[in-house]
Amino acid sequence: MEIVYLAITLAPLIGAATVGLFGRRLGRQRSHRVTIAAVSLSCLLSLFVLSRFAWGELEPYNETVYTWAVAGGLHMEIGFLIDPLSALMMAVVTFVSLMVHIYTIGYMHDDAGYQRFFSYINLFTFAMLMLVMANNFLQLFFGWEAVGLVSYLLIGFWFTRESAVFASLKAFLVNRIGDIGFLLGIALLLAYFGSLDYQQVFAAAQAQPAQMITVLPGLNWSVITFACILLFVGAMGKSAQIPLHVWLPDSMEGPTPISALIHAATMVTAGIFMVARMSPLFELSDTALSVVLIFGALTAFLMGLVGLVQNDIKRVIAYSTLSQLGYMFVALGASAYAVGIFHLMTHAFFKALLFLAAGAVIVALHHEQDMRKMGNLRRYLPITHLTMLMGTLALVAAPLFSGYYSKDLIIEAVHEAHRGGATLAYWLVLLSVYVTALYSFRLYFLVFWGKERIDPHAKEHMAHLPRYVLRAMEWPLILLAIPSVVIGYLTVEPLVFGDFFGQALFVAEPHDVLHEMGRSFHGSWSFALHAVAGPALYLALAGFLSAWFFYMVRPGLLPSIRDRFATLYTILARKYGFDELYIDGIAASSRSVARLLWQVGDARLIDGMMVNGTARTIGRFAAMIRGLQTGYLYHYAFVMILGLLVLLTWFIGDWRGWFV
Amino acid sequence: MTFEMPDFLLALPEIWVLSMACLVLVVDLFARGRESALAFHLVQFTLLAAAWLSIETQWGVTATTFSGTYVADKFACLLKVAICLLTFLVFAYSRDYLRKRDLLSGDFFLLGLLGVLGMMIMASAHSLLTVYLGLELVELCLFAMVAYDRENRVGSEAAMKYFVLAALSSGMLLYGMSMVYGAAQSLDLAQIAAIAANGESGLLLAFGLTFILVGVAFKFGAVPFHMWIPDVYQGALTPVTVYVGTAPKIAAVALFVRLLVDGLGALHDQWQVMATIIAVGSLAVGNLFALVQTNIKRMLGYSTIAHVGFLFLGFIAGTEEGYSAALFYAITYGLMAAGAFGVVILLSRRGFEADLIEDMKGLNDRHSGFAVVMLILMFSLTGVPGTVGFYAKWLVLKAVIDVNMVWLAVVAVIFAVIGAFYYLRVVRMVYFDRRSDGEPLEASTGLRIVLAGNGLAVLVLGIFPDSLIMACKVALAG
Repeated sequence: MEIVYLAITLAPLIGAATVGLFGRRLGRQRSHRVTIAAVSLSCLLSLFVLSRFAWGELEPYNETVYTWAVAGGLHMEIGFLIDPLSALMMAVVTFVSLMVHIYTIGYMHDDAGYQRFFSYINLFTFAMLMLVMANNFLQLFFGWEAVGLVSYLLIGFWFTRESAVFASLKAFLVNRIGDIGFLLGIALLLAYFGSLDYQQVFAAAQAQPAQMITVLPGLNWSVITFACILLFVGAMGKSAQIPLHVWLPDSMEGPTPISALIHAATMVTAGIFMVARMSPLFELSDTALSVVLIFGALTAFLMGLVGLVQNDIKRVIAYSTLSQLGYMFVALGASAYAVGIFHLMTHAFFKALLFLAAGAVIVALHHEQDMRKMGNLRRYLPITHLTMLMGTLALVAAPLFSGYYSKDLIIEAVHEAHRGGATLAYWLVLLSVYVTALYSFRLYFLVFWGKERIDPHAKEHMAHLPRYVLRAMEWPLILLAIPSVVIGYLTVEPLVFGDFFGQALFVAEPHDVLHEMGRSFHGSWSFALHAVAGPALYLALAGFLSAWFFYMVRPGLLPSIRDRFATLYTILARKYGFDELYIDGIAASSRSVARLLWQVGDARLIDGMMVNGTARTIGRFAAMIRGLQTGYLYHYAFVMILGLLVLLTWFIGDWRGWFV
Repeated sequence: MTFEMPDFLLALPEIWVLSMACLVLVVDLFARGRESALAFHLVQFTLLAAAWLSIETQWGVTATTFSGTYVADKFACLLKVAICLLTFLVFAYSRDYLRKRDLLSGDFFLLGLLGVLGMMIMASAHSLLTVYLGLELVELCLFAMVAYDRENRVGSEAAMKYFVLAALSSGMLLYGMSMVYGAAQSLDLAQIAAIAANGESGLLLAFGLTFILVGVAFKFGAVPFHMWIPDVYQGALTPVTVYVGTAPKIAAVALFVRLLVDGLGALHDQWQVMATIIAVGSLAVGNLFALVQTNIKRMLGYSTIAHVGFLFLGFIAGTEEGYSAALFYAITYGLMAAGAFGVVILLSRRGFEADLIEDMKGLNDRHSGFAVVMLILMFSLTGVPGTVGFYAKWLVLKAVIDVNMVWLAVVAVIFAVIGAFYYLRVVRMVYFDRRSDGEPLEASTGLRIVLAGNGLAVLVLGIFPDSLIMACKVALAG
């Protein structure tokens, strides 16, 4: 199987290198063929691996394929850990990636950077696969940084736009903060457990869970708690949780396929995957899990609220992504790792679908993203409209749709959990159901129903769009709509309540909420019917009705409501002031400190006095003494005689013992 | 006193060079036309053959002949090979330059060849008399070569200064030798060594030692006997400067080792402090004066002084490693200096000497390949790791540190850092400064090939220095 795993990872890398280096010579069509072929190969092989695991025909694989360096006792290796968890992730990543590749043919059809784009997304697929297939922290970190790099490159893909450059830099810097935590966490594990290999670290941690570390003098923490929280800080950065979420909405500056692939379906879920992968560690620390739970719940609720006041179609979906990522962390924090991964998977499908559908709308309207300039589009874009509706229903957790299973299970799991913060988290995620339905249908109604507010130019553009463009975009939408609808119904039983994951996810006995829930689970169908008994369905319904009322029945009411709750509106429109705090507060003050250090410390003291000062002094001295070389022969001879005298003096002095 | 038939075969390299010099003299007289091509090629052939003969007849033997005045050993052999090959390189640079200025004649190469003969005699000297004989032969040739361009006033002035000062220093050397002779009652270096070792008549011997050291330091151009160097380097024709700056340094190592190590090695404690004064002075003066130069030949002259300071560290250590490090330093320095002057020759043309540092400006735009060569040479002279100059410095520093003179190593490194400035300034000129007239280079293909080969040699020796280091060690091991 090793050759299969190598092929899965290397195919996109080779594709990326080929197109990246020779894209110009290959031309557009051959470039996208090469990259799509590479991803198709990865995808097919991943699905093959996944199916072998699903039928129980394959044993987990954990081997080193290449030793990069050995320093002391530290082995730096490239290795694969392929178990059901990574197999599932591989399948999701490569499938969504493939869809996005195809979609890109349409979306980027008139872009000058066509080949570059394909090279990047191929490279991204490689990096993401390295991340999920890693069997050690070093490779995990490599993948982690590599996806971050590609994300940076793609957010700033249109590098002539100032806003895109700003957004890419912001994403990079914010992720850096998370990465510091992540790296420190890895370093801490290495320092205390002496290895970078997952299995060795897990075994060592299980063996001595009670080690303490002095964080500050007088403040002792459990090593595992501390390490887990540091790792979670990394996850916060990558998966955009409060307070490191600020980069994700801005990342919408990148092309829409990227928003779908990287900033919704795959990369941003790396944090969730990582925590699930580290479940043997997190299970040892209730504190760390509580932290995960609370931050996840806060993000789920607060970011959903911000989504209500956005007018940019992509930003609404971006805030929705933040909120859904919060849900996933809530599941992890409640020790329901399987549900978290389950939601990750369903979300990958329906959120990629929503983004791609939004992208189709944007392309049709010639890169118009403001929902106030849309409306009534269901007449022009029927397929987009239908698939978007599927995605929306999945997102708001309508029964039988995939999102229903995953989200309802999260709510139930956190209800069952007995962890610090679980009650708060439960209420927050429950309220979020209403918020989710409200912003989702707001978007849906504003874009596809209501009065037509389209710009005439955009309308004309829509009429003249080449057919292949729409075709290339519609097929992926349909192919994503199918799993968005049915995947939950089909897989909830084996994934969540069955033993698909086996040893890949570890849950300690007293935390096993899924086991509790499994007792009352009697198949997907009855679980869907069960919805009428819980509050979530009614909240979602209320959200739908509110949206319908405010945007379809009485749109005139909105301004007055906005005026009445002006303060609240301002807070939401300002996104709680995180950006202002970071940019005007932290960034500005550190810049002024840096400027002070630069001007006084570096320029004046080090450069001015020490470096240049020394050089100047020596130079001046040299210029002073150069006059000694007069050019007169008798001076030269004199100096020689003088030298002889010095040596003779020393010699005689030494002889007579003057210097002793 | 019986007359013993000397073993002529042992001195075959010298005999070969001498006979060829006579032949070239005659040939050149009759084949003046065609720019003395025949003489040039004969001389170059003679040098290569002499190097080969040295290896064939002298590597691995240790024997004396001519009543003990001439010795053939590995040290002499290695020095002769280095001297011949470096001179070969120097002549290869010279021809093009001289031809363009209508100065080309067999005399130049003949003088150079006789100088090489003198250096070879110094390398094989085993008696004070032979040492002095070789030395004077070299110097006479050098005087004539420095004054080679009669029309040039600066050159004649430099030759005059050199002549007078060299005479002065030779006088001191001779005075010292006479005292040593007085103490040892012999001119034979082995007997002098024996007398020095048993410690009798120490005062006289040590007094002579001081004068000898002065004479040797002058040949090196070490402070405070360095005053002639800048004037000669600047005043002489560039090919002569290269000649003066390369092989004679190796011969000076021979002078030092033969006189002060083979002969008066037992007095190491006495000359160690004097050599330290000379070394530190050379490091300081060489580097500081080089900083403020605008003429690249003069700058390289001062840089020579600084390198001599470094080279002296190996002598100061007084160990076998130290001496071999000094030898390695001299050989590799010769190679680097030849290359650096080679670039100056490359850039020059008739009526334009390219001897200002500013003339290096924009070399990269004119020819990026030679810019790389200059970069390698300057880095190597600085002692940047990866170049042969680094190993040269590293070996001598290691030698002094091994004898617990860390302070000296620190001083040397500080001055090396100061020295980095003027080498890197050249690199800056080559790469980052633009010049208005980007005229193409005029140099001939032959010169270009030789220069490229020289740069390559520095690079390759920087990557694989082991064999040369080993050769130097073996040569000094006896």
